[in-house]
Amino acid sequence: MHKIEIQKIEKLQSIAKDIRKDVIRMTGEAGSGHPGGSLSCVEILVTLFFHIMRHDPANPEWKDRDRFLLSKGHGVPALYAVLAKCGYIDQNLLLTLRKFGSPLQGHPDKRFLPVLEASTGSLGQGLSIGVGMALAGKIDKKDHKVYVVIGDGESQEGQVWEAAMFCSFHKLDNLCAIMDYNKFQLDGAIKEILDIEPVVNKWKSFGWEVFEVNGHSFEELINAFEEAKKVKGKPQIIIAHTIKGKGVSFMEENNYFHGKAPTKEQKEEALRELGKDP
Amino acid sequence: MREWNLGKPTRQAYGETLAELGEEYPEIVVLDADLSKSTHTYIFGEKFPERFFNFGIAEANMVSAAAGLAASGKIPFCSSFACFMINKAFEQIRIGVAGSRLNVKFVASHGGISVGEDGFTQQSVEDIALMTTFPEFTIVVPADEFATKWTIRECVKHPEPVYIRTGRPRAPIIYDENTKFEWKGTKTLEKGEDVTIISYGLTLHMALDAHNKLLKKGIKSRVIDFYTIKPLDEETLLKASEETKGIVIIEEHLLNGGLGSMVARFLSDKNPCKIKTIGINDAYAESGKPDELFEKFGLTVENVVQKAEEIMSNGR
Ligand SMILES: Cc1ncc(C[n+]2csc(CCOP(=O)(O)OP(=O)(O)O)c2C)c(N)n1
Repeated sequence: MHKIEIQKIEKLQSIAKDIRKDVIRMTGEAGSGHPGGSLSCVEILVTLFFHIMRHDPANPEWKDRDRFLLSKGHGVPALYAVLAKCGYIDQNLLLTLRKFGSPLQGHPDKRFLPVLEASTGSLGQGLSIGVGMALAGKIDKKDHKVYVVIGDGESQEGQVWEAAMFCSFHKLDNLCAIMDYNKFQLDGAIKEILDIEPVVNKWKSFGWEVFEVNGHSFEELINAFEEAKKVKGKPQIIIAHTIKGKGVSFMEENNYFHGKAPTKEQKEEALRELGKDP
Repeated sequence: MREWNLGKPTRQAYGETLAELGEEYPEIVVLDADLSKSTHTYIFGEKFPERFFNFGIAEANMVSAAAGLAASGKIPFCSSFACFMINKAFEQIRIGVAGSRLNVKFVASHGGISVGEDGFTQQSVEDIALMTTFPEFTIVVPADEFATKWTIRECVKHPEPVYIRTGRPRAPIIYDENTKFEWKGTKTLEKGEDVTIISYGLTLHMALDAHNKLLKKGIKSRVIDFYTIKPLDEETLLKASEETKGIVIIEEHLLNGGLGSMVARFLSDKNPCKIKTIGINDAYAESGKPDELFEKFGLTVENVVQKAEEIMSNGR
């Protein structure tokens, strides 16, 4: 286990809180969107963009940057908020989410926001796009890494497992997937719609190095990502146990907020809970 | 301009009708891919849980399984968003269903750009084009809740593959409980003899609005609801080409491969006349309110009026 400075963790926690507030403000203002699955992946994104990934907001087209793909594209409010916090996009843009003419489209759309690595929003494709980027990295003898966040419901797509088989066969150790395991999909609980368990064994049997963590613990996430970097000859996946709607009590494990934005009152209540800006 | 009463979304009318039909037809089975709350198949699922299967986010598996169910004498209704079901499982439909001409009913919601804020990944602007490639599929796009109800009740009586597009937003009410439709037919709503306006689905009311505007300018237009896209109602088209000066087609679809392109091909073979098409010109749309998107992509009443006037003025 790495020892991580307490100040570092506190810094990340404070960023995560800001991101959550942005997600609430953005979806609230838009009147539509997917708060539940945005809130569950906040720590994953914050760990990657503020601690793990090699990237430079001043140089978004840097060839050696690590690549990030949000395969579960509907969680994009969290990604936009993180990109704004990093300085890739203007913070003022956030409240234009989903509005006509905004670069912040309802799902990640590279035509409108070139800093995104791919357009996603149809589930099941991001890991395969990551495969292509990882292959290119190998061909070009580069050492950057490809990170792909997938959903647990998304893992029901056959294409995810086509990609899984390919990655291990081709020893793509420069690819690390993260599954946001919040136990829900659109129509309800994963266990009731189409269970994906035993999911750790599935990935292991597909030849992946598997880490299982609390997806809201920065210590556990950082450790897993650092260990994943050391893995040679195998792709890695971090199964991140998360809570859908994390951080807002009335949204937590309440799948109503999968694809429903908070009302004005709910927005205010959520922001109160998350702590207003000083 | 006439104020339209907004009825239920056609996807909701679909779900409600399907749940009613479950009683009469024990062979009906319903398949969805984690969008049952959006497509409204969940209503059937609550009433007939033993005949409802949520395949999870796995459209290809769902579509091929529908083929197997149909081959075993069931009447599968298969639903998701049009983008995901058709585009993701296109080849499964081709081989599994079209290849054996099986009795599967594909009812997909979120057709067109009226999907709005979700953006292009969820907006199907190519479903009609894709579905018309399957030989002998019947393709229907009902305009409102009453047309949808009729379509769903009727399609079960015909043992053949069917594609039905439904929409996300509430649909302007054009018909009523007693409106008579014809399977594989079209419906002439205004009988004018100057110029013809054709539409279907959520743009049909624009054709009617355009009709009223043209009337004020002394132009009598014929308005036809082409709710059946395939088989193409050739007789009605021939008559329109003979009896009126030309045809304007407005649709919430790509121009390439849409109804307009089918009409143009057919009439250029049989009886060339002036044809003006309004649709999405070689682009994907984006996030925004449905009206903002209609405006941006030229799907407006004004545009229909202008095109009709161009035809009347003998221009090109
Ligand atoms: C191919 C495809 N089918 C259906 C959808 C509609 N859809 C959007 S989100 C969602 C549920 C996603 O579940 P999960 O991956 O678990 O995401 P989370 O619960 O984290 O939001 C569905 C079915 C889609 N975007 N893509």
